[in-house]
Amino acid sequence: MAVLERRIVKPRPVYLNLLEIRQPLPAIVSILHRISGALLFLVGIPVLLWGVHVSVASPEAFAQWKSVMAQPLWKLVALALAWAYIHHLLAGLRHLALDVHVGVELAPARRSSAIVLVLSLLLTIIVAVRLW
Amino acid sequence: MVTNPSHEAVSAHYGWRDWLSQRVTAVVMALYTLLVFGVVVWHGGLDYSVWKGLFANNAFKLATFLFMIALFFHAWVGVRNIAMDYVKPTGWRLAVQMVVICMLIAYAGWTIQILWGAV
Repeated sequence: MAVLERRIVKPRPVYLNLLEIRQPLPAIVSILHRISGALLFLVGIPVLLWGVHVSVASPEAFAQWKSVMAQPLWKLVALALAWAYIHHLLAGLRHLALDVHVGVELAPARRSSAIVLVLSLLLTIIVAVRLW
Repeated sequence: MVTNPSHEAVSAHYGWRDWLSQRVTAVVMALYTLLVFGVVVWHGGLDYSVWKGLFANNAFKLATFLFMIALFFHAWVGVRNIAMDYVKPTGWRLAVQMVVICMLIAYAGWTIQILWGAV
């Protein structure tokens, strides 16, 4: 074990200008997974709890909550959160597949990341159509 | 500062539990998402009576509670990973993690209040 644990340190070229690196699709899915997760924590959880709290109280509160959610700004918030949830869920399912060694080869991994990106955007569009 | 982290990272196995819990909580949340989606489709939308009826059902309350607790654990592991990657000064990272823990515990209290509160 002791031999395995020690990593051989080689001087490697470091180029980390994130604005100039052309990211492969799986990397884009990965960073969006992180960004959507952060968004869901910072905005999603409090909005979810607040929404359920006020909407279950009474029929009047439910109607009031619906009218608040009908405002354009809140619709945008809901839409952003819907995208974050859908993307995070689909990218997570992709992760679970990779965990059990499904689609780990380069071509399928690229294809599945493209599917995650496109499908989450399509489903978000469906949510947008239902919202407006 | 740790100059050779590879030593500890391999021997301690502390990542395994987080790795597994992140996946177990993810599956719990995915199943709950399917459940709620199915209920909404089944009723052809959400009006107040359906919504209220759902939250009057004890099984749904427990499922929601399970989802929320899974969500809070999942958020903790995820946000802590983000903090470990981007917040380098140890003191700041500790502060961020303390704030996140306090928020999640408060959210758990809010969840219980919503599900079983008198209001």
